[in-house]
Amino acid sequence: MAIRDWPIKRKLTAILLLISGLVLVLTSAAFVTYEVVTFRQTMRNNLATRAQILAANSTAALAFANEADAREILAALKADPHMVAAALYGRDGRVLAAYPAAAAAGLIPAAPEPDGYRFEGGRLVGFTPVAQGANQRLGTLYIASDTKAVSDALRLSGIIAIVVLAIAMLAAYAMAAALQGPISAPILALAETATAASTRQDYSLRAPKFGEDELGTLTDAFNQMLGRIEEQKTELQQHAMKLEQRVAERTKELERRAVELQAANSELDAFAYSVSHDLRAPLRSIDGFSQVLLEDYGAQLDEGGRDSLQRVRAASQRMATLIDDLLKLARVTRAEMRTERVDLSGMARDIVADIERTTPDHQVEFAIAPGLEAEGDVRLLRVVLDNLLRNSWKYTGKQPQPRIEFTAVDENGDRVFVIKDNGAGFDMKYADKLFGVFQRLHSTAEFEGTGVGLATVRRIINRHGGRIWAEGVVDQGATFYFTL
Amino acid sequence: MNSGKILLVEDNPDDVALTMRALKSHNITNDVVVAQDGVQALDYLFGAKGRPAPADLPAVVLLDLKLPKVNGMEVLQRIRAEERTTLLPVVILTSSDEERDIIDGYKLGANSYVRKPVDFVEFTKAAQQLGLYWLLMNRAPPPPRGP
Repeated sequence: MAIRDWPIKRKLTAILLLISGLVLVLTSAAFVTYEVVTFRQTMRNNLATRAQILAANSTAALAFANEADAREILAALKADPHMVAAALYGRDGRVLAAYPAAAAAGLIPAAPEPDGYRFEGGRLVGFTPVAQGANQRLGTLYIASDTKAVSDALRLSGIIAIVVLAIAMLAAYAMAAALQGPISAPILALAETATAASTRQDYSLRAPKFGEDELGTLTDAFNQMLGRIEEQKTELQQHAMKLEQRVAERTKELERRAVELQAANSELDAFAYSVSHDLRAPLRSIDGFSQVLLEDYGAQLDEGGRDSLQRVRAASQRMATLIDDLLKLARVTRAEMRTERVDLSGMARDIVADIERTTPDHQVEFAIAPGLEAEGDVRLLRVVLDNLLRNSWKYTGKQPQPRIEFTAVDENGDRVFVIKDNGAGFDMKYADKLFGVFQRLHSTAEFEGTGVGLATVRRIINRHGGRIWAEGVVDQGATFYFTL
Repeated sequence: MNSGKILLVEDNPDDVALTMRALKSHNITNDVVVAQDGVQALDYLFGAKGRPAPADLPAVVLLDLKLPKVNGMEVLQRIRAEERTTLLPVVILTSSDEERDIIDGYKLGANSYVRKPVDFVEFTKAAQQLGLYWLLMNRAPPPPRGP
């Protein structure tokens, strides 16, 4: 595991141990170094003292070059096991006596070296002058001691240092483990709370606070954040609930409306059905018996009587037409719509052909643009075109050169269909009355009609989500525009 | 064989009078039997208490739709359901031109659907043509074999 992935507890312990270990090692090293240096100095001083005593004792032996005396003096060194070698050189530099007696040649330098003491090859060696009085030099004393004492001392202090280090590290570890708590515990608690909150989505949790330090501040901020989240969550839930409630209410309302609408529709249905059956029957009687009167008793009536009966008949027939037109209007409202692509040009040509076939006496020039298409209910759109074209046909009845156009233009991205004639037209003052039920701008004497056709057209256009409007000039023609 | 009679199922006496007049004025001499509601029509065709079904069926039934008690569609349904009358020519003659009536009528097996015009001259023409067509031009189905 990379160090940065260690748990914070371990990191803190490691840091504390590292620091205390470093301090302890440095201290121990200093201690051992001091010990060694001091010990070596003491050892050198001791050796120098001993050498000077030996030198003082050797003056006579050297002065007389008495080898036996010299050897005896050196042999006294045996008492100290650390003394490995010694020698007395004469004034000429030759060895007079050596210790131990059979010392190997390598153990004792062949000639004296400059005075002084030094550590050399695991040994402390020294050359001391042997002199009588202040100036008269008689020779040189060589003495060599092993450094076992130093290494013993070094080992001891090393062991002490290691033991102290070990004890200190243990203590440091124990203290670190105990003391990192105040730092790691709040962090661990924070981490635990954060994990729990995010995994369980439970924002009512709060991290425990341990103190007023930076971690305390962090804990406070974190807890505040949780609080905010909890509040917002609650708010959101409330909103969602309200929304759901509203949707449910609306749905209920809509359902109620749909039921009402259905009831109204079926009522309208029943009404229309009843009208289509029952309202026409009396008209048939009125017309029929008026005709009976005319046929059977026409001779007994004067001109006025016969005219009255004819008027009764005409009125009842007109009323029948009105009823039929109204029923058509109602049907348009009730009819189910099926949307498909509709060829309006072809449809217009069919209608024109029908008009021309049934009324050959009023010939009109029709100009139908090819390729006009729209999305809509084919039957309802046929009612629209039929009404508009027949309307134009009707109102061009008094025009010597009647002409009707069916085209389309694009306006602000909308396809606008245009049916234009050069017929009777209308006064724009009354344009808003054009599409009202039973609203007519011409008398029946001028032009036949019930005033239901354009209302039917508008209703169909509206059901398709489109608009219809018209422009007209009296005696110059009318133009109808519609979108789908 | 059919009786050459017309069964006129019509509840409105004015319409009965006008239809009779229209038929008569065009020398359609056949007897016209009038049933004033659906029950009377069915009783005539299938017999009822105290009166057996006629030996011969009418040449055509002129059937109004809106009738008291049993309406025209139900009468038509019964006529088509019975083996004896299943092929009997039935012309719906009514005020309405509701699409649903036309569709239902043909679905139930009507042979023709005629809307009564308000204009009596037109009405007379229609009645005359109906009489001529169904009584003289149309070949009636053979009578059902007796049991």
